[in-house]
Amino acid sequence: MAVKVMIPTPLRVYTGKRDSAEFTAATVGEALGHLTTQFGDLRKHLFTEDGKLRSFVNVYVNDEDIRYLAKENTPTKDGDTISIVPSIAGGSSLASCCC
Amino acid sequence: MATEPRARLSPEIAAKIRSHGAETYPHECCGALLGREIADDLREIVGLFPLVNRRDDSPRNRFSVTSDDVRDAEKAARQQGVDVLGWYHSHPDHPAKPSQYDQDHAWPWYSYVIVSVANGEPQYMTSWRLADDRSQFTPEDLEIREGTASAVP
Repeated sequence: MAVKVMIPTPLRVYTGKRDSAEFTAATVGEALGHLTTQFGDLRKHLFTEDGKLRSFVNVYVNDEDIRYLAKENTPTKDGDTISIVPSIAGGSSLASCCC
Repeated sequence: MATEPRARLSPEIAAKIRSHGAETYPHECCGALLGREIADDLREIVGLFPLVNRRDDSPRNRFSVTSDDVRDAEKAARQQGVDVLGWYHSHPDHPAKPSQYDQDHAWPWYSYVIVSVANGEPQYMTSWRLADDRSQFTPEDLEIREGTASAVP
């Protein structure tokens, strides 16, 4: 299935400034795999060391968050657009009961 | 030899960031930095897109910007003909230095401006960029300069 992966601004330094890439992929996971194979420097910013999507990396198929679908096993079809959208988090080292 | 990255903003925009930190104290404030890259390693911050801290559970030492908020910031930037260059947030009663939590959750390329707010009073401001290997933040020289373009009304 031919899908387009949209690359967010902060990752374009690793793609030669490309804002999208197209792959043949049957699932979201397969598409992201192709993406990080073609642009290896993306991998550490998208995935943890044990291969899981980082919590602040949000992935949509068309306009649907894959967390509410089948996550990386979400199937894709011809013409789908996969968007990688950041969420932003941070904070001080001030002690707190919460993380 | 690589030069230290720089970000430039007007005194008015710097004052807006400080004010936001004071307004939300003792909680962390957050928002987007809007502007453009004007040379290698030089960015000009010409506006802000203040946001609501979504971390209701621990706003004293954590901030969160959802993907919907990011999209809203990007839309605002497009409408103004600029880009989202990064994000600012405050550290209430804490130094303006990135924490391990900041580092663990950061994206590359973005500028991260931090303002320290002590007892409700804004203190100094710093800016940082995540290293490519995610091992640390690199300081970004923050120039507060009269005459810098500003979209702040």
